Amino acid sequence: MSSEAALVIERLHKSFGKLEVLRGVDLELAEHEVVCLIGASGSGKSTLLRCVNLLEPIDTGRVVLRGEDITTPRVDVNRVRRGIGIVFQAFNLFPHMSVLENVTLGPRKALRLQKPEADARATELLDRFGLADKRDEYPDRLSGGQQQRVAIVRALAMQPGLLLLDEVTSALDPELVAEVLGVVRELAAEGMTMLIATHEMSFARDVAHRVCFLDEGVILEQGTPEQIFGAPREPRTQQFLQRIVDAGRL
Amino acid sequence: MARKDRRSDSEVARLDGNRGSKILAGLTKGSGGRGVAIALLSTAVVLTVVVVLVVRSPGWDEVKQAFFSRDQFEKSFPDILSAFWTNVKIFLIAEVFILVLALGIAVLRSLPGPVFFPLRALAVVYVDLFRGVPTVLVIYILGFGIPALQLQGVPISPLFWGTVALVVVYSAYVSEVYRAGIESIHPSQAAAARSLGLTHGQALRHVVVPQAVRRVIPPLLNDFIGLQKDTALVALLGVVEAFRQSQIEVAATFNYTPYLATALLFVLITIPMARFTDWLLARDKRRQLAGDLR
Repeated sequence: MSSEAALVIERLHKSFGKLEVLRGVDLELAEHEVVCLIGASGSGKSTLLRCVNLLEPIDTGRVVLRGEDITTPRVDVNRVRRGIGIVFQAFNLFPHMSVLENVTLGPRKALRLQKPEADARATELLDRFGLADKRDEYPDRLSGGQQQRVAIVRALAMQPGLLLLDEVTSALDPELVAEVLGVVRELAAEGMTMLIATHEMSFARDVAHRVCFLDEGVILEQGTPEQIFGAPREPRTQQFLQRIVDAGRL
Repeated sequence: MARKDRRSDSEVARLDGNRGSKILAGLTKGSGGRGVAIALLSTAVVLTVVVVLVVRSPGWDEVKQAFFSRDQFEKSFPDILSAFWTNVKIFLIAEVFILVLALGIAVLRSLPGPVFFPLRALAVVYVDLFRGVPTVLVIYILGFGIPALQLQGVPISPLFWGTVALVVVYSAYVSEVYRAGIESIHPSQAAAARSLGLTHGQALRHVVVPQAVRRVIPPLLNDFIGLQKDTALVALLGVVEAFRQSQIEVAATFNYTPYLATALLFVLITIPMARFTDWLLARDKRRQLAGDLR
């Protein structure tokens, strides 16, 4: 394995009871690489991201983050998570906190930043993503697109070396998708290392360096967006993409 | 889901207004002035029927003399009122300790992993025990048992131990209310907090518990109405609070009017709390509805 890999996932298995969701996933991300995971619902995309962030304990295999095996029992999960941002499909903002408090909670409590410093960092990020005037609003006063942008800012405020995006546009109305994807494109352009589970094929084609087709718990096929969307080799990949085309989503 | 079509600020302000009339409307369940009129009329009819039935009953004259003596009421009321202050003190002091202790028990019960099994088990045993044993027995056991041990430095005041007994019993109940609240917060909230690198304790402290407490305020207030009434049980240890004081008055005169005076005081103090609980529930409901519309 190459030494410059940001993230290495090796023979990862994960079951929920009798249901084996991940059946030996191997995946490698280089620094500054953007990898999109595509696949049908239930193919294990979300579970894979949650395993990388240690929100789900894995059964067997390893996850290595910049040379450190983060799936050994001895590892300090809180320290590891500070370096990995995750954005959820349903935003999961804290409804009892203002936007600013949502964004500064992690830096203040997990990174132990002083309030002025955390506020400054948050304000700068909110400003950058067009949310400056929402600083003191509560999440339920924001549109879905704004909420998801706040969730991305909340993850970025930890200055993570790896960002996981779990279907970040699936809960949004179509007209709000673009503003969120715009943010993700911007991060990709800046060189953020990202692992993205998505149903937005055109977005994956546009932003990903590499696309992985996850099918029944394994990565069945991977390659450049041109290859996966232009000339998929595996019959299952072809079927999946055909269904997407039929649904008018590609 | 996405919330386009946001409510304007003036609309929100209008929703927040009209609180007084909302409470009346909540009680009368009518629509507008006609509903209120119907409610008032039917209440008057029912009351009249009840009063007529009671007043025309064969024993009414004796009952009136024994329970509704204006003379006895005026004589006993000042003493009962000053004794009632003891109930209020017991309630206020116990309430603070219950809120803290119960939250501690609820948090212990929510600790994850096998390491914390002994603490979880302890919390479960505590709650099972003190919810199971009648409050009266706990008051007797603590109030008479512990002073009888004659330990150095341990208080022997029945008021003290009566209050402790109430704290012990009510903490078991209230911890279950808290626990229901904690469990009602969707796991995705804790996951979001943990994903930022917060510890389990920090996630509870900053994300889960603040939301849980907000959610359980109405049922908490309901338990506190129960606590207000149960302060009268401390009389069993000989503490002279309102109920005990009225017993003393009754024993001296063989007239039951002091009981009525005591009942009146308890009702007077619980009604505002009950209405406050209703108001909180109505406000939450309104907020949820407003949230759905957004």
